[in-house]
Amino acid sequence: MSRIKDAFTDKKAFIAFLTAGDPDYETSLANFRAVIEAGADLIEIGIPFSDPIAEGPVIQEADIRALSSGMTTDRVFELAAELRRDYDIPMVFMTYANPVYHYGADVFFEKAAAAGVDGIIIPDCPFEERGEFAETAERHGIDLISMIAPTSEDRIKTIASDTKGFIYVVSSLGVTGVRNEITTDLSSILALIKEATDTPAAIGFGISKPEQAERMSKLADGVIVGSAMVRIVAEYGKDAPKHLAEYVKSMKAAI
Amino acid sequence: MKNEHGRFGEFGGQYIPETLMNEIHKLEEAYEYYKNDPEFTAELDKLMREYAGRPSLLYYAEKMTKDLGGAKIYLKREDLNHTGSHKINNVLGQVLLAKKMGKTRVIAETGAGQHGVATATAAALMDMECEIFMGEEDTKRQALNVFRMELLGAKVHAVKTGTKVLKDAVNEAMREWTSRVDDTLYVLGSVMGPHPFPTIVRDFQSVISKESRAQILEAEGRLPDAVVACVGGGSNAIGSFYEYIKDEGVALIGCEAAGRGVDTDENAATIANGSMGIFHGMKSLFCQDKYGQIAPVYSISAGLDYPGIGPEHAYLNEIGRASYVPITDEEAVSAFEYLSRTEGIIPAIESSHAVAHVMKIAPEMPKDSIIICTISGRGDKDVAAIARYRGVEIYE
Repeated sequence: MSRIKDAFTDKKAFIAFLTAGDPDYETSLANFRAVIEAGADLIEIGIPFSDPIAEGPVIQEADIRALSSGMTTDRVFELAAELRRDYDIPMVFMTYANPVYHYGADVFFEKAAAAGVDGIIIPDCPFEERGEFAETAERHGIDLISMIAPTSEDRIKTIASDTKGFIYVVSSLGVTGVRNEITTDLSSILALIKEATDTPAAIGFGISKPEQAERMSKLADGVIVGSAMVRIVAEYGKDAPKHLAEYVKSMKAAI
Repeated sequence: MKNEHGRFGEFGGQYIPETLMNEIHKLEEAYEYYKNDPEFTAELDKLMREYAGRPSLLYYAEKMTKDLGGAKIYLKREDLNHTGSHKINNVLGQVLLAKKMGKTRVIAETGAGQHGVATATAAALMDMECEIFMGEEDTKRQALNVFRMELLGAKVHAVKTGTKVLKDAVNEAMREWTSRVDDTLYVLGSVMGPHPFPTIVRDFQSVISKESRAQILEAEGRLPDAVVACVGGGSNAIGSFYEYIKDEGVALIGCEAAGRGVDTDENAATIANGSMGIFHGMKSLFCQDKYGQIAPVYSISAGLDYPGIGPEHAYLNEIGRASYVPITDEEAVSAFEYLSRTEGIIPAIESSHAVAHVMKIAPEMPKDSIIICTISGRGDKDVAAIARYRGVEIYE
């Protein structure tokens, strides 16, 4: 049984995203440790990509910092394995189709599984293209996580009927990044999802403040935060761990 | 060409964020409907004739033929189209389609600026709001085209992310599209991106080979031995090839940008140096490192400065129906100068890559053989850059 389930058992999950290797391997590892120890329920480890088309400027810049520091997919496997040695927390990768495909999906998922990774989010792999990775991922015990967007409408039921791990509900149109307001009618989207599946659903994109997290956690099974955390990494550099820990605690308390 | 679920062999597909999927399906449905709608096709034909100036000439380059001493060379003059390149063929089709779909706004990426100018033009004509994404580097290389687009009423965004060239402009246009899909169509400029774009753009560009096939049959009473065109994403090349794919005796040759050489780090020769990947919505060949990070590419030509190639080209290459050759900056610049001097035709630096290959193969071919070379655009936009390449410091 997937560890991912644990994140949602008897609680609302706080899911924390950071780009691996931002700004360098050691700091990034310390950041992940701080986030886990502060109480995150699931971590998303971003494998940096040269052209992340679903990301806003904050995460784009994190990817550039990580790649410039020499971060590679192999080093991300090492980072995940180091975390897995010390923590039982569910971990998922978040990256784009090409780093997985070009590495060789079979080898990629084999190494991801060996590093203790439980799932993967690939934003440029929609339902129609799941066949590219789904079977290989499943063979290695990696959950290929589905995304549902505000524009999914009649696709929601189809997507929700074939999901693994959790469902990533995209809160807003556009790319990742901090937003002041989320206007999508998320409760109807969540209702449709719940009719189709009992796979837990978490909301991401644009969430940064505890008040938003509180509101979102009432609608869904979990809350995903990325850009707001990456911004802390960018702002505090080597001092980021303690600031990240404070932030995670404040968000956890709100949901 | 078989095209089931947007695939050409294993190439193609729809690798885009979920946010865009419904919109992409709507586009596909609308296109499938309108391409057979007599009213739509009549309207488009009229625009092509009366606005774009089609059919474009198939010109017998007699001086060039004599000078090279081999095959008869015909030039398909897409440079004579309104806005100065083949890009208008696709843009009139897509913007008209956008209008039929009830869209009020179009966005587009541009490299050299030709597709941006064409899109801004069609948007002005059809009363659409228009925003163009152009790499910051390219806004400098092609400053005149930026002002031209603004003159046509478009808003131009200089893209400062990544390598600040064409691929980054595509990234930004895609990001923009995910943030505003309801009233907006992304008018993709090449035979790339997610299905149905490679098919839509090919269909609108295939007017090039429809015309040239009829024109050469009329002029020579037979088909050409070779059709040569430059390839970045590959829209003028697929348009130049398409009607000849079934004619097995016609060699189809795409010329890609080898920049400072295919063996250097500075080129954009995707077929020569690329490998399988998934990027910008499609599975195709890309210049990339071993981890699948997209490589920064280089060409003197902003329009060919792209790390990928359209999926149908990757397929034609794989099955051996078309072949692709690398042409360096130096060869392209020499061809640019040669065609200007020999025929009084200044070709775009992109098209000059095709001319350069014709200069290589024509002398080796028999005198009764025929080559059609597509001049995809005019070279006025490149004059200052070529002067600088030759050490003359002039600025636009």
